Amino acid sequence: MNYSVFSLAKHALSKHQRWPRAWRNASPKKHYDVVVIGGGGHGLATAFHLARDFGVRNVAVLEKGWIGGGNAGRNTTIIRSNYGLPGNIGFYELSMKLWERQEQDLNYNTMVSQRGIINLYHSDGQRDAYARRGNAMRINGIDAELLDQNQLRKMLPFLNYAHARFPVMGGLLQSRAGTARHDAVVWGYARAADRLGVDIIQNCEVTGFVRENGRVTGVETTRGEIGAEKVGMAVAGHSSHVARMAGLKLPIESHVLQAFVSEAIKPLLPGVLTFGAGHFYVSQSDKGGLVFGGDIDGYNSYAQRGNMPVMEDVCEGGMALMPMIGRVRLLRQWGGVMDMSMDGSPIIDRTPVGNLYINAGWCYGGFKATPASGLCFAHLLAKDESHPEASLFRLDRFRRGALIDEKGVGAQPNLH
Amino acid sequence: MADIAHSPAALKRAEAEAAAKPRARGASQARRLAGGGLIDRQKPLSFTFDGKRMSGFAGDTLASALLASGVGLVARSFKYHRPRGVLTAGPEEPNALVELRTGARLEPNSKATTVELFDGLVAKSQNRWPSLRHDVGAVNGALSPLFVVGFYYKTFMWPPKAWEKLYEPAIRRAAGLGSASGVPDPDHYEKAWAHCDLLVVGSGPAGLSAALAAGRAGARVILCENDFMLGGRLLSDAFEIDGRSGAEWAQGAIDELAGMPNVRIMPRTTVFGGYDGGTYGAVERVGDHLPQPSEHQPRQRLWRIVAKRTVDASGAIERPLVFPGNDRPGVMMAGAVRTYLNRFAASPGRRVAVFTNNDDGWRTAQAVLAAGGEIAAVIDPRGVPEAFRMAAAGWRVIEGEVVGTKGTLDALTSVEVADARGGVVTVPCDVLAMSGGWNPAVGLSSFHRGRPVWKDEIAAFVPGKCPTGLTVAGAAKGDLSLGACLQEGFSAGAKAAVEAGLSGSPGEPAQAADEPVAVRALWEVKAPGKAGQKAGQKAFVDFQHDVTADDVRLAQREGFESVEHLKRYTTLGMATDQGKTSNVNGLAILAEAKGEKIPETGTTIYRPPQVPVAIAALAGPNRDEHFHATRLPPSHHWAAKRGAVFVDVGLWKRAQWYPLAHEKDWLESVNREVLAVRNGVGFCDVSTLGKIDVRGRDAGAFLDRVYINTFSSLAVGKARYGVMLREDGFVMDDGTTSRLAEDHYFVTTTTAKAGPVMQHLEFCRQALWPELDVQLASATDQWAQFSVAGLKTRDLLQNLVDPAEDLSNEGFPFMAAREVKLRGGMRARLFRISFSGELAFEIAVPARFGGSLAENLMQAGAAFGVTPYGTEALGTMRIEKGHAAGAELNGWTTAGDLGFGKMMSKKKDFIGRVMAGREELQRPDRPAVVGVKPLNPADRLRGGAHVLPRNAKLGPDTDQGFLTSVCFSPVLGRWIALALVARGRERHGEVVRIYDPLRNGDFEAELCNPVFYDPEGARQRG
Amino acid sequence: MRINCPFCGEREIGEFSYLGDAAPRRPAYAAEGPELAPEAEEAFFDFVYLRDNPAGEMREHWYHGGGCRAWLVVTRNTLTHEIRTTEPAPGAGASERAA
Repeated sequence: MNYSVFSLAKHALSKHQRWPRAWRNASPKKHYDVVVIGGGGHGLATAFHLARDFGVRNVAVLEKGWIGGGNAGRNTTIIRSNYGLPGNIGFYELSMKLWERQEQDLNYNTMVSQRGIINLYHSDGQRDAYARRGNAMRINGIDAELLDQNQLRKMLPFLNYAHARFPVMGGLLQSRAGTARHDAVVWGYARAADRLGVDIIQNCEVTGFVRENGRVTGVETTRGEIGAEKVGMAVAGHSSHVARMAGLKLPIESHVLQAFVSEAIKPLLPGVLTFGAGHFYVSQSDKGGLVFGGDIDGYNSYAQRGNMPVMEDVCEGGMALMPMIGRVRLLRQWGGVMDMSMDGSPIIDRTPVGNLYINAGWCYGGFKATPASGLCFAHLLAKDESHPEASLFRLDRFRRGALIDEKGVGAQPNLH
Repeated sequence: MADIAHSPAALKRAEAEAAAKPRARGASQARRLAGGGLIDRQKPLSFTFDGKRMSGFAGDTLASALLASGVGLVARSFKYHRPRGVLTAGPEEPNALVELRTGARLEPNSKATTVELFDGLVAKSQNRWPSLRHDVGAVNGALSPLFVVGFYYKTFMWPPKAWEKLYEPAIRRAAGLGSASGVPDPDHYEKAWAHCDLLVVGSGPAGLSAALAAGRAGARVILCENDFMLGGRLLSDAFEIDGRSGAEWAQGAIDELAGMPNVRIMPRTTVFGGYDGGTYGAVERVGDHLPQPSEHQPRQRLWRIVAKRTVDASGAIERPLVFPGNDRPGVMMAGAVRTYLNRFAASPGRRVAVFTNNDDGWRTAQAVLAAGGEIAAVIDPRGVPEAFRMAAAGWRVIEGEVVGTKGTLDALTSVEVADARGGVVTVPCDVLAMSGGWNPAVGLSSFHRGRPVWKDEIAAFVPGKCPTGLTVAGAAKGDLSLGACLQEGFSAGAKAAVEAGLSGSPGEPAQAADEPVAVRALWEVKAPGKAGQKAGQKAFVDFQHDVTADDVRLAQREGFESVEHLKRYTTLGMATDQGKTSNVNGLAILAEAKGEKIPETGTTIYRPPQVPVAIAALAGPNRDEHFHATRLPPSHHWAAKRGAVFVDVGLWKRAQWYPLAHEKDWLESVNREVLAVRNGVGFCDVSTLGKIDVRGRDAGAFLDRVYINTFSSLAVGKARYGVMLREDGFVMDDGTTSRLAEDHYFVTTTTAKAGPVMQHLEFCRQALWPELDVQLASATDQWAQFSVAGLKTRDLLQNLVDPAEDLSNEGFPFMAAREVKLRGGMRARLFRISFSGELAFEIAVPARFGGSLAENLMQAGAAFGVTPYGTEALGTMRIEKGHAAGAELNGWTTAGDLGFGKMMSKKKDFIGRVMAGREELQRPDRPAVVGVKPLNPADRLRGGAHVLPRNAKLGPDTDQGFLTSVCFSPVLGRWIALALVARGRERHGEVVRIYDPLRNGDFEAELCNPVFYDPEGARQRG
Repeated sequence: MRINCPFCGEREIGEFSYLGDAAPRRPAYAAEGPELAPEAEEAFFDFVYLRDNPAGEMREHWYHGGGCRAWLVVTRNTLTHEIRTTEPAPGAGASERAA
């Protein structure tokens, strides 16, 4: 049954007693063509695209807890395609195009809201670096504008121009960027995949791989053994843990990234804003809360909770940039575990282990990648070859030196 | 992007309104009790609510003052804009939110129940239009059949583009609660550290007992209380401790603690989070009880409290009952009713009905009588508890449940009660005091993700695995009775003292009886048959977000049956009260719908902060110009006097250029400075470059391992340019290193990498090669170093250094470095190195002489028209010379890309050598540094423009590189650039397309040798 | 989090910066001449890029840049953030040794 204002009205008559489940509560079958480990946005999107675009419908998504319980449910909901390096540029633009039609694709309102993102610059050098990035975007047909301070003052009159430690000189604008309702994205993909026959199995943790002469033939789980032609892992945050079960060691460290939300207030911020002289980025949710974040805590962690110094650092950035938020109260602080890769870019590839495929290393950029990650991982699983837009996200690029290092800081994950 | 909602204009209006309101005392307090209470009737305070003048007393909260003034309707709910009154008497309040203060100090979503009343306070209701009584938003209530939980996700999808244009703006306007001021917060904020043996959170019976025991034993104790008055529930309840009233005992305890030098009492201080290593975050509200902070005082102070042990005595929070019509103004928590009567002498109403499933509710009935009120009825599905048989004699007691409420917009008139026999009776009353039992405040104890555990006998969750060093005592642990609180607090405090190694005596615990606290869980009243249809009212679980019991069930039916899904789908518990009053009821109803036990369903994760904290308090003083520290080079003040324009370089302020009065723009000044150097002499403060002293027998061997080239072979008295890689084979930094003695090298780094390189070298020394005898010391701040450049440099220096020093080309050749004596005898270091390509020296003296050295250089060079130059001229000259700098050392480039491939020694191991050999780092089509000249000299180059093949079609494969450094070259009279371009070295002379759509640049240019000026380098050797 | 620097005493982590896993050892190759041992690249790749990334106890490098500039080896649990031991890197505090 499609969601629409009509179905809503129809169900209102029956006092909403007859709404069906958004997705079935499936129990594992003996065998699937593809088993996707991880019921986050990426895993569910992968299953959706496998079923819709590649005709692979005998698919299970295994989630150790509740779907969307990982980083899909703990992020700052930003979507953008303002990248500057080959490999990233095309991939994130593919993702943006998928965001733009997601509500129709899924028949679910994921509240994709293209209210724009502005990356502020505070020096000539930073301006030129953003110009390089923006020009690279334009060469690839992606919208980008370089704003000077006058344009900025018109759009964002409330920034701290008068007493800034580092002058606010302008910004790089991508108007098509914005936010999406993160939980809705998970539920939308789950419902759409479920309607195509995908089994979504919650509370089912993978405890090992079943292998025959070196190739993976299934997974051991807390709900028994499940056979599979192919197994794809999409468990960012815990990729090393799952990969280790298959004897793999990854170029990845797990780090905590915090996010914060304020009490709900009337509309204050137009779009997404990133501070170029400190660790602070912010947007305002439809509910009214300021959703903001900053740098990762900086040390390996699986603790899923943030520390205090970074919370202070982020609020200092916020106050330095827009001192008008001073009396707004921070309502909640949380931390998610990121796959920080060695060059700050993701991995979508085969692994040295037969039939085992990996989708990992998303750092703090996984949410915006969700649709393209799903499509490209599905392409890889279905056709056994990389999707053209994900062809540089190879596992062996570290060995070869074909790194995709947007920040240019090298093999130190906590600097990306 | 849209405009913002607030403007200085709007702000001025608000201020004007506020100012317009005359203030006067003694407006009626109709509901104020004649006597009693912990308020100071000698100190009347005047305030306004929605412009209406009212009064209260010192010791009131805004909520108690509003109640005393007979105000029933104080707010509107988030979604349906339903009329709401005060529900609680604490930080758990979901309803009574106001916009506090005006103008730049406006504070949205302030809980009236925690706002300490002060004279002249201005409060406004929020989330309503045009007024609190007549709120258009209330139409949402009528549409509630459509606006069920999750309806957003099911619609607003057509037409595709309409979301941003149409639906979302409307939703955004309707959502949100109060408004932010929209202008900078004018107040100051501080941060501080505190260390103690024991941190006690909460000053109720358990907290005071813990502080007493530990304090007496000699422990350093910090006692934090969220309220402005210490005592917790003792201020609200009529208990006896050691034969005195609870409030009296509390005062005695406070006096004793105040007399202990080792105890620090911090009222108005909220411990909002517990972090690693026994560190707790707390906010002290220094000035929030004043119209504005007193002079030289912050509004709030952020404390980082490091505690060896912590006792969490933050008490318990009373649970609402879920029944139809439970959100009407006049329905209030039973414990809160006692607080308003006993502590504030404010009567919520005259005829009070009590609806409870536990013994504590009955104490509210007693309190009402004691305060001279009337009991309409006590409704308890359990009937009369044994303990209250006597007390309840003569009361109207109904064994049953409330199934509906009636009343006006701002008052309750009666409640519908279904009795045990299924009949429904109407009970007239103007207050319904409800109690569903008490939830221990499990926040602080579960912030390290220890999940709370279910305790059946109190039908609530209690703390599970606590953070290291933290113990929970009293009601916060689920032991609700007074005797237990006193005992537990005492032993927890005593134990903490012992663990902190203190042997003093904790004295004796206070004694009190254990009052009855029996409870029988009642998660939801389901109005039986007739009554149900008759009432037909919503039963709210989350008051602020308007989440009803039906919403919870609908979510469950749709498969959102994990508590986290429930929370996210319905927004249950995500309001500003953080679910303090709603979470447990919500998941209990979910559990029932799933046919599970509550512990199976579990709780959501508790997250800091314990109560919302102002963002400014977390930022503290680090804002505006003080956001980050400022570093000033030694000649800063000298340069400032000359009117230099400064630029931020990292934390440094560097002179960018020195404008002269007649010069029309920066370019004119910079061109003058460049030509002055090229044709005469100039100098520039380069002290910001990182400087590292490297000493020891193995200093040379050490440098050989961190640089791609060799330094052990460098002769004493010589300098050499060096490049260092990261271990991954890409360039990290560069600079000149001089050998001042056999075992003494002086390394310089770029300004940006001074810190990282120091850290890297220390790592190499301490972690990789501890066997080497080498010491490192950062000398960046110790030396003032100036570059003196230009044809006349030698002439200038002759006037500065001792005549005995030989500065001739033979006596001081290119790349020589040694100590020299200055006229007057001061020692200085002189390096013959050149960044500008001219004859140049760098001269270094102790940093404190930087200013006077600048002055001396001016005098010594006066005859040659010496010109101080800034970073722009410095950059221009290095670009003309094709020197790679920060923009080329961008973290992506290899030594080969920058043209230093041949410098990489093959005779030794060094950091990055092996990884630099990887195939991708050796590809022939890698980028290389080239020069760029526009075909049309009038065309202006800009950094960040891209390089495409001539006549290339745009697309992913056409991008070949970009301009890294750009300047106007006064000697060439045109814009030039350095660029990183694929196969650049082979393409000198090729015409390419310079593409810069962001700045409308699109023209042709020629790639060329990056060394635009004096390619043979004759001038710098001259 | 607080680190007990063996030279300075217990300090807040704000004074320290983090490098990461202390387990990988920099391969030592007598890199004389243009030709490197064929296994060198593989060994360095492992050293530079591959991490065990344990969920539990881990020995890691911290730098006390805001204090004595010593590199420390901290044994810390990545699940609880509890620190069991803090030792100086082998060459830390060398200034005293050399004196």
